[in-house]
Amino acid sequence: MKNLITWAGVAMLFTIPLVAQPSNTPSPQNPPDSSAMEQRIKDLEERIIALEGQVRMLKATPAAAPAQPAAVSGPTAAQAQVAVPPPAPTPAEAPPVAPGALPVYGGASASAKALNPDISVIGDFIGKAGGNSVQPTPSLEMHESEVGFQAIIDPYARGDFFISFGESGVNLEEGYITFTALPAGIVARVGKMRSVFGKVNMMHNHVLPWVDRPLVTNNLVGGEDGIDDAGVSISRIIPAPKGLFLEATGQVFRGDSGADDAVFHASRDSDVSAVAHLRSYADINESTNIDIGLSYARGHNELGTDFLTQLYGIDATLRWKPLRRSIYHSFVGRGEFIWSQRQQVPTEQRAFGFYTSADYQLGRRWFLGGRYDLSDRSRFANLTDKGGSLVLTYWPSEFSQIRGQYRHTSYADNISANELFMQVIFSLGAHGAHPF
Amino acid sequence: MRIRFGFVVLLALGAIFSTAPAQAKKLNVVTSTTDMAALTQEVGGDRVTVESIAKGYQDPHFVEAKPSFLLKLRQADLLVTVGLQLEIGWLPPLITQSGNPRIQVGANGYLDASQFAEILDIPTGPVTRAMGDVHPLGNPHYWLDPENGRRVAKGIAGKLGELDPADAGYFQEKFQDFDKRLTTAEQKWDADMKPYHGRKVVTYHNSLPNFAKHFGLNVIGYVEPRPGIPPTPSHTIELIGLMKRENCKIVMVEPYFDLKTPNSIAAQTGAQVVKYLPSVGGEKDVTDYFKLFDYDIALLTKAFQATR
Repeated sequence: MKNLITWAGVAMLFTIPLVAQPSNTPSPQNPPDSSAMEQRIKDLEERIIALEGQVRMLKATPAAAPAQPAAVSGPTAAQAQVAVPPPAPTPAEAPPVAPGALPVYGGASASAKALNPDISVIGDFIGKAGGNSVQPTPSLEMHESEVGFQAIIDPYARGDFFISFGESGVNLEEGYITFTALPAGIVARVGKMRSVFGKVNMMHNHVLPWVDRPLVTNNLVGGEDGIDDAGVSISRIIPAPKGLFLEATGQVFRGDSGADDAVFHASRDSDVSAVAHLRSYADINESTNIDIGLSYARGHNELGTDFLTQLYGIDATLRWKPLRRSIYHSFVGRGEFIWSQRQQVPTEQRAFGFYTSADYQLGRRWFLGGRYDLSDRSRFANLTDKGGSLVLTYWPSEFSQIRGQYRHTSYADNISANELFMQVIFSLGAHGAHPF
Repeated sequence: MRIRFGFVVLLALGAIFSTAPAQAKKLNVVTSTTDMAALTQEVGGDRVTVESIAKGYQDPHFVEAKPSFLLKLRQADLLVTVGLQLEIGWLPPLITQSGNPRIQVGANGYLDASQFAEILDIPTGPVTRAMGDVHPLGNPHYWLDPENGRRVAKGIAGKLGELDPADAGYFQEKFQDFDKRLTTAEQKWDADMKPYHGRKVVTYHNSLPNFAKHFGLNVIGYVEPRPGIPPTPSHTIELIGLMKRENCKIVMVEPYFDLKTPNSIAAQTGAQVVKYLPSVGGEKDVTDYFKLFDYDIALLTKAFQATR
């Protein structure tokens, strides 16, 4: 009996391949079979591609995963662990976190790193030849190392930090949260930020088309740091006739950025400063556009609560960039005109200053530019400084720039200075967006 | 008193701001590039309005973040992007400044189309900038494989249906129709390209891996020494040597690159410069996804015949 069963089993084992073989061999009589197979492989391929896409999305989009860390440390995770007593040991997963304990940072798992902010470092090295007794600068200087951390915080906001290291000393250049999902198209920003007074005040050193900042910035708007203060900013695009872009921004700051040469000082907590900006922009055609802004700033100066400084500004930018040759040729013409009204003893000082500049891109890597400067001094409006610069910039790649600038300045007190600057800017890490 | 002034400024600004803009009945779709716009148009039909930020004849890596684009984005119900960091230099600030919660990254109206496509050139080792402007997530020029066009169109149709459930059936129908037409067109394209299977080509930028894979072309080199780095004399000489050794007779160049180096390479190797289009709208009459392949394949087959 036992033998019979064994033999029957052996016989069956032999018959299976015999029966299966004819259907396996592709014969011309039944082509639908092979095409069905092909179809199945194709379907599987499609599913793999879809899965790969999902994996990429999970890795790349931090906003899609905010629930994940919460679930790990939250009470739900603890409950889940109780409910499922033997957790399967999967080596690919993040190390298990005890309920209630802090997650361990710096782990080797790639998925944890995917949620790290984008980190960038931008170096700005400046060398100088020639003397200047009014505005002295070092001969060789690692002028600034700017570290940027940028990330999407949650589906409603993003965060940006720019910390600027000098050769000694650290300064929070900007650090703010931007609320991007507010109703009625409002974009709000809270933190420390460069204010929207004109164009140059908004720009970080490494995006300026020059080594230095214009005289008018130094004399009237607080120099390199400018109006850079802690506060709240609200902006919104205003409905306008078709083709015209209008944006209004209102900002309220502490009124004291702390720097010695700052425009505004707060003697009392209530000495806040305010900045308002209206930006209008229009495309003349697809390669040319014009951008005009009106700015107003109001705050208290270092003489005390009763002494106001008000600034009025107009900025205009004309840009040309032929789209078909956008990486080879472009032109930017800019100008900013600023009036300062400063209450002080014995009399109020009304000063005016401006710069105009032009930059032309000669080829993919070469830019040639010039700038003319003229500015009264805010405390002595009868003293006027003038200057001019010639700039040549070379871009080895998108991530580095080498710049030479010749600058002649005639200061009001009959002192003139001729200087030659050399600047190297280099960028590490995340591919930051190019400002417009 | 002093503080009140600040509030007055804010209030005055608040007064200027009117309420939310009136919503159109059609879904308002903005895409980063024309190819995504063309695919959205195929499946969206007359139930959507589609507009692309970049033009088809423009280098999609270097688009200026013009404020006029904000006017389009603030009204958008859906933003379709190519993804894989192609738009990283210009799209993030536009999204942030748009003041449109619907299209923020991670929101329901933000669609990264790369999740649907087969992606090539995903770096396996460490990535450094010494390799040039590499895309660490893979090559973003994936739309030049019709198979990926189909996958992306399917994904977009799904998303449109999610945003406008009443028309979900319509979008699926439009996709089925697109799928059918694409299959027919693909058979013709494949047949046209079949005689040139395995032909060697050089491209300016590495934007053709998906196209080359689908149509069986063999890309042996690039005019750029590294992605995003303009041609250098030493690399050009090397490339000329390589092309002579490998008997490669085609240099494919995107319309936004300078033709000087490709022309001199062609002159020294007896090759032809093919000014192919990487995107819909690169030429005036290339108005949809089908015409893009029609145009490029006609150019290529002509060049292959001439350089036998």
